[in-house]
Amino acid sequence: MNLFSLSLLLPLILPLAGAVLIALTGGYPNLREAMTLTTASALFLVVVFIYPEIAAGGRPEMLLVETIPGMPLALSVEPLGMLFALVASFLWIVTSLYAIGYMRAHHEENQTRFYVCFAIAIASVMGIAFAANMFTLFVFYEVLTLSTYPLVTHAGTEAAKRAGRVYLGLLLGTSFAFQLVAILWTWTLAGTLDFEPGGILRDHVSQGIISHGAIGVLFALYIFGIGKAALMPFHRWLPAAMVAPTPVSALLHAVAVVKAGVFTVLKVSVYLFGTDLLTETGISQWIMYMAAATILIGSLVAITRDNLKARLAYSTVSQLSYIVLGAMLANAAGIIGAGMHIVMHAFGKITLFFCAGAFMVAAHKTEVSQLRGIGRTMPVTTLAFLIGALCVIGLPPFGGMWSKWYLALGAVEAGQLVFVGVLMVSTLLNIAYLLPIPIQGFFAAPSEAGTGNQSGKDGNDGGWRANIKEAPAFCVAALSITALGCFGLFLFPEPIYRLIAQIV
Amino acid sequence: MIKEHLPVLQVIIPLIAAPVCMLAYRPKLAWLIATAVSWTAFIIASILLITVRETGTLSYALGGWAAPWGIEYRVDTISAFVLLIVAGISAVTILFARKSVEREIEPDRIYLFYTAWVLCLTGLLGIAITGDVFNLFVFLEISSLSTYALIAFGSDRRALIAAYRYLVMGTIGATFIVIGIGFLYAMTGTLNMLDLAERLPSVSNTRTIAVAFAFMTVGISLKVALFPLHAWLPNAYTYAPSAVSALLAGTASKVGVYILLRFLFTVFGGGFAFDTMVLNGILLVLALLAILSGPLIAVFQTNLKRMLAYSSVAQIGYTVLGVSLASITGLTASIVHLFNHALIKTVLFMALGAVFYRIGSVSITEINGLGRRMPWTMAAFVAGGLSLIGVPMTAGFISKWYLISASLEKGLWPVVVVIIIASLLAVVYVWRVVEAAYFQPAAEKSSTGVTDTVIKGREEAPLGMLIPIWALVAANIYFGLDASLTTGVARQAAETLLGGLSLTVWGG
Repeated sequence: MNLFSLSLLLPLILPLAGAVLIALTGGYPNLREAMTLTTASALFLVVVFIYPEIAAGGRPEMLLVETIPGMPLALSVEPLGMLFALVASFLWIVTSLYAIGYMRAHHEENQTRFYVCFAIAIASVMGIAFAANMFTLFVFYEVLTLSTYPLVTHAGTEAAKRAGRVYLGLLLGTSFAFQLVAILWTWTLAGTLDFEPGGILRDHVSQGIISHGAIGVLFALYIFGIGKAALMPFHRWLPAAMVAPTPVSALLHAVAVVKAGVFTVLKVSVYLFGTDLLTETGISQWIMYMAAATILIGSLVAITRDNLKARLAYSTVSQLSYIVLGAMLANAAGIIGAGMHIVMHAFGKITLFFCAGAFMVAAHKTEVSQLRGIGRTMPVTTLAFLIGALCVIGLPPFGGMWSKWYLALGAVEAGQLVFVGVLMVSTLLNIAYLLPIPIQGFFAAPSEAGTGNQSGKDGNDGGWRANIKEAPAFCVAALSITALGCFGLFLFPEPIYRLIAQIV
Repeated sequence: MIKEHLPVLQVIIPLIAAPVCMLAYRPKLAWLIATAVSWTAFIIASILLITVRETGTLSYALGGWAAPWGIEYRVDTISAFVLLIVAGISAVTILFARKSVEREIEPDRIYLFYTAWVLCLTGLLGIAITGDVFNLFVFLEISSLSTYALIAFGSDRRALIAAYRYLVMGTIGATFIVIGIGFLYAMTGTLNMLDLAERLPSVSNTRTIAVAFAFMTVGISLKVALFPLHAWLPNAYTYAPSAVSALLAGTASKVGVYILLRFLFTVFGGGFAFDTMVLNGILLVLALLAILSGPLIAVFQTNLKRMLAYSSVAQIGYTVLGVSLASITGLTASIVHLFNHALIKTVLFMALGAVFYRIGSVSITEINGLGRRMPWTMAAFVAGGLSLIGVPMTAGFISKWYLISASLEKGLWPVVVVIIIASLLAVVYVWRVVEAAYFQPAAEKSSTGVTDTVIKGREEAPLGMLIPIWALVAANIYFGLDASLTTGVARQAAETLLGGLSLTVWGG
């Protein structure tokens, strides 16, 4: 273990230390928010510092503690984890900015608890991203569930409590009932849980220690045990989680938590089973159909939802299955598409959520039908919404185009033309449920009288009075940054491509 | 050298301290003596465990009378581990007890309470250390009688009935055990465990031995509170003083399981118990019933202590499940769970004790909004609850991990399903408390009739309670992260029980 390996600890320690500092400075909101921003920035810098080593092919490792003989809590960085950590830590900075504007304008209570739990959740995301084995990943996976529970139930209302039950019930339930069993089965079978290129189970299948049927069951236990990937029928927690304050929905339930889920699916497919095993045995075939069904049903449900956050949540359910599908295709283009979609969808969807929150804070509008003509009073936000929507749909000139490109390419290469069709139909559905919102926002007449003020972005963070139209400056800044990010990713997808190309 | 006499000091110090405690009379002095004794016992137990791990089994001849004739104290890995659990839990809960007892027991009876406590400690330690079956019975009676008294100290009048019921059931159990021992003695003429183990195989096909085995198994199961012989346990845990619930939950059932292990593996031998008497099938079924029925009943309890008591029924099931698998991994799981569950349940009962200290009730309807009023106490309860569920990074997870591993090794898929279902039920009953404490608004009026100011402010438990509670929370997390010590000891103990002995003789 050299000094560089020690730096792997920092991504875990920094947010935790941040949580302590936030708790200590809870009495002074400005200082507390400064702590959040400082921690987030420092975390991002540390992750960026690790990046060149990974890009150059290095795989630094770090043993935390040997929990049970042969089953350590250990960290190790590989390209997928690097990518996930980069996205999550960067968007944490932006979300912190956004949260400052949102939480204050919305007069939320218990803000200190909010920021503390947020920091702990980020620490566990880093743990998931850098986990060296399935056991470590599982540990942080559960910590993430538990640390986000207080965020989901933040409002403390009866509705929040019920949503919290669904959230915990499904996430803890699937992870105990399926994932833990799958992990233990793997452990009994292979005697190790390390993530290794090419997988750890291949020999066991070729030597006939485990039958094709059984390995298929094991794989299904993993895929459905990873409830955070929101594969139907275990997706209900995600719409339920929308009772949380918008920054939570934005970072955690469009990026960190759900991406932790699909990231785990990718890790399991690539490093436990190995793409060769998946293609040889064909055990991933029927999960592809589950994913395709989730893509289509999620989109269809999204169309029917009038509540904006609910619509976005179902959109996320659908989009996550793109990534699952990419992983199941188990060829180079599929994995690259899946990995890229983690990033592209993150930027697109977080922008959409930021906008949804901005609409709520500035105009008190939560339903899609109320947003007619909103572009006249909140032009910047509506424009950002348009950009985010285009990115999620996958149209140029925005990043989402690349991931869909590779996913479709992967489906073609695998000879699974039906999934090319699914992707195309889904794109049309995306257009149907996302684009009308900004279009009607810009071109339709406002549904209520007396909101005809033409003023654009005001910069004043008073927020509550009717004559000020844009959301607080912090919010507008945040959603502008991510919208620009969507564009930037279109121009420069190459670093992402090269990173993931290392593993396929 | 004093070190050679540690095995006997382990028992004799608390035994002598008991009457001293009574003579002390003053509550504070009695508590000081009990505390000093508990911590001394803890230190001795730690030294014994370290020594045993380094040099192998210790044998101590009481009064210098050599083994088969005199009473032998025998410390092997599992003895030392159970000694450590008992003494450790007693050392932590006695710190907690001071404030709790002041609140729940009249001042002029407190010295008696601590006397009973120290006697109970003596009995439990004695059971774990002795290598003589009749001596074991004597210590069992010492611990049982003092436990009845401890339970009867409960402030609720129903404590008397609970203690009486336990007395009846416990006496039946003890009688069965002594009948079994009598039969064994009649057939072999010896009471020393190792000697018994040597002589039993030649007579093991007789009906007398089979009957002895049956009597002992049922008697021990009564003491362990294995389903369906657990009826005494819920009331006893519910109405006992808070500190006693914490002590018993962490020690008494553990020692019961120890007796079971001792007789099954050391005296009768795993082969006789499991192959000839096919006890493993019976234990497996009973354990599974306990694992399922415990949480199913716990979910519907309004009294939280009773809820935890039913949870204990399930946890005993987990421990016995590991035994019934009769493999190294299974036994390791059981022994690790003895330790982990002691940590878990003690922390939970102590947290409830702190709640009772402040609001005078442990009913789920009374704890609304307590998350704000007693943040540290409730946080500890949640941490303990997570460990009970078996969430990773807590001690409870390690137990579940080994149990499921052991079941998978044997290919017992239905058992895995049962464990998972029971764990999810545990989520339900723990989360009822979380929702009540954190989501329900605090009651309009507190019991003292003081409104607003009290309710909005914090009424945290005194530091004397919080420190032991959080020490155990820390232990729960530590042994969830680094379980190499507990699992290492447990595996060594399991290997010793299943065969392969090494002996170092220490004379007295």
